[in-house]
Amino acid sequence: MTAKLQVRHLTKIFGRRIARAEELIKAGRTKAEILKSAGATVGVSDANFEVNDGEIFVIMGLSGSGKSTMIRMINRLIEPTSGEILIDGKNLTSLNKKELLNVRRNKMSMVFQNFALFPNRTIIENTAYGLEIKGVDKDERHQKAHEALELVGLHGYDNQYPTQLSGGMQQRVGLARALANNSEILLMDEAFSALDPLNRKDMQDELLDLQENLHKTIVFISHDLNEALRIGDRIMIMKDGVIVQTGTPEEILTQPADDYVEKFIEDVDRTKVLTAANVMIRPSYVNIDKDGPRIAMRRMVENEISSLYVVNSKREFVGVVDASHVMGLIKKKERQLNSVIQTNVPTTAPDTPITEIMDKISSTPIPYAVIDDQNHLLGIIIRGAVLGAISGNEVNEDA
Amino acid sequence: MPNIPQLPVSSWIDKLVDWLASFEGFFNGVTNFIGGIINGFQWVFDLLPIWLFMILVVGGTYWLNRKTKHWGLIAFEIVGLLYIWNQGFWRDMTQTLTLVLTSSLIALVIGVPLGIWMGKSKVFETINKPVLDFMQTMPAFVYLIPAVAFFGIGMVPGVIASVIFAMPPTIRMTDLGIRQVPADLIEAADSYGSTSWQKLFKVQLPLAKSTLMAGVNQSMMLSLSMVVIASMIGAMGLGNKVYFAVGRNDAGGGFAAGLAIVILAIILDRITQAINRSKIPKS
Repeated sequence: MTAKLQVRHLTKIFGRRIARAEELIKAGRTKAEILKSAGATVGVSDANFEVNDGEIFVIMGLSGSGKSTMIRMINRLIEPTSGEILIDGKNLTSLNKKELLNVRRNKMSMVFQNFALFPNRTIIENTAYGLEIKGVDKDERHQKAHEALELVGLHGYDNQYPTQLSGGMQQRVGLARALANNSEILLMDEAFSALDPLNRKDMQDELLDLQENLHKTIVFISHDLNEALRIGDRIMIMKDGVIVQTGTPEEILTQPADDYVEKFIEDVDRTKVLTAANVMIRPSYVNIDKDGPRIAMRRMVENEISSLYVVNSKREFVGVVDASHVMGLIKKKERQLNSVIQTNVPTTAPDTPITEIMDKISSTPIPYAVIDDQNHLLGIIIRGAVLGAISGNEVNEDA
Repeated sequence: MPNIPQLPVSSWIDKLVDWLASFEGFFNGVTNFIGGIINGFQWVFDLLPIWLFMILVVGGTYWLNRKTKHWGLIAFEIVGLLYIWNQGFWRDMTQTLTLVLTSSLIALVIGVPLGIWMGKSKVFETINKPVLDFMQTMPAFVYLIPAVAFFGIGMVPGVIASVIFAMPPTIRMTDLGIRQVPADLIEAADSYGSTSWQKLFKVQLPLAKSTLMAGVNQSMMLSLSMVVIASMIGAMGLGNKVYFAVGRNDAGGGFAAGLAIVILAIILDRITQAINRSKIPKS
């Protein structure tokens, strides 16, 4: 992974007494203290991060956290007070007006919260705006705009006006306008926040689908952690202009950096984020090629359980044996477990979200077996572990 | 304030006017230029037969309102224009129309760029606002005096006085229209790398258009209100008829000509409003 976008010591202070405010930042004062003593508002304070080529990087925070200021500094809609922004290693903050226009025209495109479509232009003209600005001739730009509209699933609206479209469709146009430009970086400012929940989910899916083929570098602003966890390859959480934590969704969930992040993730619908692999525990099992009924019985007694998973020497999953059946085998002095193995055990892949299997987990008596694509038994899912994970308790990590 | 001598404001302004009047060449140039526009309009109106003029006005109104079909307005136009013809005011009406169109055109050409500048520059807006207030509240008669000094008598000083009096709405509404463009659309235009000119012509002006046109409409109405005043310095037209009627205490003649002005005003107002009507469907 190479860094497409690097941000170094980026700071934005709004107000007059900027030098004084910068001193206070260095002295480690908070946003509220600086506002009180210098009368300046800290938008972003000494931000450092990198966005890798082809990843979706979500900047998360509540209103006033500086996330909108951050994304606008990346294309210099807001001039940074100090610090550097590097795209492909080239510093953006030192560019002159003409060079900046070129970067905006060719390197990055922005999608806006309230769509920001031009009401006086048709859908195709809106989509072609970036190309029109660059001086691409009409046939070519309409051709490209049309392709971009097809890509986001809008057919036959080319000559309508934005007001004739629903919110979800308008944002598709917003996205198409950004895609038509074919720039490597997409800046998405709360792009789906103005949409109703169903539309939002559709658009998130759409974005992920598109991303699979397009591999853009996407900086996505959101105040919705569920959204961030859903689409983000990595998430950066901001509070009062300061970066609190940067990490993968799982890192954020399992190792929150501080109380603030912890409070944030309290409300997360964990079922959407957690997968079978997150909640599975280490199973007790016997090797059918090696172990007989007595070993099986001993394992069950040791672990105080009434059924046991069975694998072969290659650790491939075979089935489950039940304590009463194993007892029977011992009484009959059998040496093999084969005759009592039940094979109708529910199985699932490790990356299945637990929302999909939750119903079944609660209705089947035998725990789910988690197996990989080579049929290896990785773990099992018991009801208690699922409930624990959803409520945010520590999950058995070595499972 | 017995000890403070009266400020010689009037003599200062006289001196200023005298000094400005010394730029005779410049004012002659302006007079010739505006005179040219006036003659051009008048030439066209004199050339048009009355029936053709009426067909153009009625047909134009029908075409501009083709979706809504304002039959009442069309009937009013036919009756109104026939009345003007019948009263023998036709040439006066076209002269008044020339005065109004010329001053509106000049107000548009000067006012829109000034309005754009105001819309883009906070400093210029702050400076210009009191100037506009001055232009609008100073009694319009006062403009006539220096206008005569600079431009002689006739249509040209009338047009100049009308422009000064009528231009502020165009400037103000252009400024307002530019400022009303939503911030996220400006951001969108900027984020795709628009130059200032591209932003102006592709985003700001198109979106300010209806507000701007409302200003032009207002300017037109204001310049129409100047026609009687302008007739005092020799501008021809319906205003002249009213002015004469005042001098002869001729109530009937005054109202007959005044009614013609009202008819012209209503027709001009409705046509400019129809031009302004948005073609973009509402959601």
